[in-house]
Amino acid sequence: MAVQARIGRYLHPGAWWVWALGLAIAASRTTNPLILGLIIAVLALVVAARRPDAPWSRSFVVLLRLGLVVIAIRLVFQVLLGSPIGTTVVVTLPTVPLPSWAAGLRLGGPITLESIVFAACDGLRLAVLLACVGAANSLASPSRLLKAMPAALYEVGVAVVVAMTFAPQLVSDITRVRRAQRLRGRPDRGVRGLVGSAMPVFDGALDRAVTLAAAMDSRGYGRSAPIAPKRRIADAAMLLGGLVGICIGLFGVLDSSASGTTGLIILAIGVVIACVGIWRAGARSVRTRYRPDPWLWPEWAVCACGVAAAAAVFATGQIDPEALLMPVTPLAMPVVPPLALLGLCLAALPATLSPPLPIPRTLDRQHRQLAQEVPA
Amino acid sequence: MIRFTDVSVTYSGATRPTLSDVNLFIPEGELALLVGRTGSGKSTLLQAVNGLVPHFTGGTLTGEVTVNGRTTAEHPPRELSDVVGYVPQDPMSGFVTDTVEEELAYGMEAIGIDPATMRRRVEEILDLLGLAELRDRSLLTLSGGQRQRTAIGSVLTTNPSVLILDEPTSALDPGAAEEVLAAISRLVLDLGLTVLMAEHRLERVVGYADRLVVVQDGQVRSGPPGELFADAPVAPPVVELGRQLGWSPLPLSIRDARSASMSWRDAHADSAEATPTAPPIATPGAVVADASDLTVSFGAIDAVQGVDLQLRAGTVRALMGRNGAGKSTLMAALIGLQKPKRGSVKVGSSDPVDPTTLSGADLVRRIGLVPQEAGDLLYRPTVASECASADELVNAEPGSALAILERLAPGINPEIHPRDLSEGQRLSLVLAVVLVSEPEVILLDEPTRGLDYPGKVAFAQILRDLADRGHSILMATHDVELVAEAADEVTIMAEGHIVADGPTAQVVVSSPMFAPQVAKVMRPVPALTVNDAVRLIQGSSQ
Repeated sequence: MAVQARIGRYLHPGAWWVWALGLAIAASRTTNPLILGLIIAVLALVVAARRPDAPWSRSFVVLLRLGLVVIAIRLVFQVLLGSPIGTTVVVTLPTVPLPSWAAGLRLGGPITLESIVFAACDGLRLAVLLACVGAANSLASPSRLLKAMPAALYEVGVAVVVAMTFAPQLVSDITRVRRAQRLRGRPDRGVRGLVGSAMPVFDGALDRAVTLAAAMDSRGYGRSAPIAPKRRIADAAMLLGGLVGICIGLFGVLDSSASGTTGLIILAIGVVIACVGIWRAGARSVRTRYRPDPWLWPEWAVCACGVAAAAAVFATGQIDPEALLMPVTPLAMPVVPPLALLGLCLAALPATLSPPLPIPRTLDRQHRQLAQEVPA
Repeated sequence: MIRFTDVSVTYSGATRPTLSDVNLFIPEGELALLVGRTGSGKSTLLQAVNGLVPHFTGGTLTGEVTVNGRTTAEHPPRELSDVVGYVPQDPMSGFVTDTVEEELAYGMEAIGIDPATMRRRVEEILDLLGLAELRDRSLLTLSGGQRQRTAIGSVLTTNPSVLILDEPTSALDPGAAEEVLAAISRLVLDLGLTVLMAEHRLERVVGYADRLVVVQDGQVRSGPPGELFADAPVAPPVVELGRQLGWSPLPLSIRDARSASMSWRDAHADSAEATPTAPPIATPGAVVADASDLTVSFGAIDAVQGVDLQLRAGTVRALMGRNGAGKSTLMAALIGLQKPKRGSVKVGSSDPVDPTTLSGADLVRRIGLVPQEAGDLLYRPTVASECASADELVNAEPGSALAILERLAPGINPEIHPRDLSEGQRLSLVLAVVLVSEPEVILLDEPTRGLDYPGKVAFAQILRDLADRGHSILMATHDVELVAEAADEVTIMAEGHIVADGPTAQVVVSSPMFAPQVAKVMRPVPALTVNDAVRLIQGSSQ
């Protein structure tokens, strides 16, 4: 029975992205370090539970580190350039007199505890946004995500896939050519080495690109059903218009100073127009999909968890806006609003709701062999 | 199935057509073998079948090419993908996705086959080509033979009736080549597929061919292999032997040739031991490179394990073995590109040193390596500047490298870009820039991949000359015929170990995998090359 339960599958990459975006939207509405910390904990829990063993699945850790850098930069700017908040002076830096045209700026001066806390929380919010992207990247294979792209974006998708396979080949080309430079008795490091290896590497990459294009052409890439030019223009206009709508809408939703509802409405309209455009443009592609990732109840559940987190934080903002902010003047301990806590608990559920990962085939065979050997 | 009617192809800027007035018909269910010298237009002919010429490559095609009733004039390659499967020379360069299963499905996705059929066909092709175990392996981790079979499978899933293969076995070791050819012949025999295949290594494939298509000076002839080989510009050793001895019908397989030579062999079998083919090397030269107890590892894997090898001046040594047996790693260690984990390497006859400590002129004066991708060594825009920079590094007299090149491959215009050279000419240029520093040791990694038979004979002669001048040559190769022609000694590696080592005649004759065709025909009389055998047979009849 235990063996039965371990036959897993990969969750649809789109579901992971919806979940991660839900958490990102939640994070963007708050500077409360307790809520932000909870979000990181949720991300880490799910990533640890459902991360496949692949090169791209290390991106969560990479982006967490990048987040630390972002916090540090934010602090440095606050210390050097920020205007002080509050009165608890920690240290006073010497002020650098600036010329009259920079009258609004201030360099140095008193540093207050309040402004440091404020900057740290603000930086933390950015870091959590990065962590959300990192988590989605770790959980969802980029090539599976591209496979799930709508037909209209397929050709862009192929270009990205090809670029992704070219990158590791380029690295191995560079190593190979550098070794060749050494064989010619030339420097294989530094600027001169780089100049010598650039030409053979680009030559090789260009050759490969041409061969690949020929191979793709002879395998049917780019077949399309005939289509009227008017319709193509209309499709393109809808796609572009929809995307602009989505951008404006997202800005409205994420910018906490604007009214959330107007943004939501524009966002919804944009999404609808873009979807229709993508669907219409996709109708001219003759392409079919081999073993597409299914979208079943775990996908819906994971999406719902992400949306729940966003909705809970959103609702908290409507009921008690102060609870989402780090109390800076005067400094006080932040509290965790119960509604937001509930939402984030829901967001942690995908750690068990999503199907377990499949065991790699070679390992699987070893397991089966072991299972057979044990009784004997 | 494939029909060329008055086809001529002229590339822009070319003074004369690459193919002129080609008329060719290949009926359904035949395996046609396309032969010709390097640069004779074989690839152009292959790519004209699915319309890559001229739709993709440019140039002008007159006349008409039809495949299964569709003309390439009206159908670009992408609309022929369900009729013609085209596998490029380097399968890796044609892969679009990253796992075996997705690669097999790609072509079907592009032409819109419904998902249920796709699923079924992928499973069928996985079984047909023995790829089921590899289905979710990354393409980067496959061996050469597995890649080639995956590439063939990936074009078969669209159910084409014609398969076009451009040198499918040129980069493979003998075992992997057999595996691929067995798969191809099964497709012809079981599925009735029409196959048109170009190949340099004819000795491997002649036995499978129903029809020979000879390309020469833009002209094309086709017919039964036995007839056309009488005067084809290239021929495998077994056919060459028959041609020189005037056997009729020409032998195409070892079995044919053995029966043709049976009476002679019966008469001379007892004298077999008494006639050594090559005189043993009189005085072994000084040791110029010495590896002792050499172990080189990548991570946890030991690619070379406890190897002892001495290279001596004046000898040509061949290094053979499967792909991945550690040949290239051994060479990298000998020239100091790879640090040994254990053991040591010393190069130089007087004052031997560790090659990892050498660089620049000190390195190239002692040891030179021509890597698999020989073009990597070239980085200048013209042949002349390439040679000049090689002269400059070792303070050779200006023009030395160019003079060596003139001797290796006469008549190259020094002002052209190295990329515009033919495969053989580029190899000569790389050799010239390596040789100008007069290294005591020359390492060659798979030097003859793109060379045809006449090219290989010339190359074998160059190696002989270099050895006679006192260079020591170590050459990694899969080409048993070249080894028979050129090598004094053979070292065979398997899984990082040296498993056999000794004079060529002893090592290769006793091995079923590495024995050249002539040795198989003449057994038990020891003869390795066509010239050996012809001399023996004609000498005894006089």
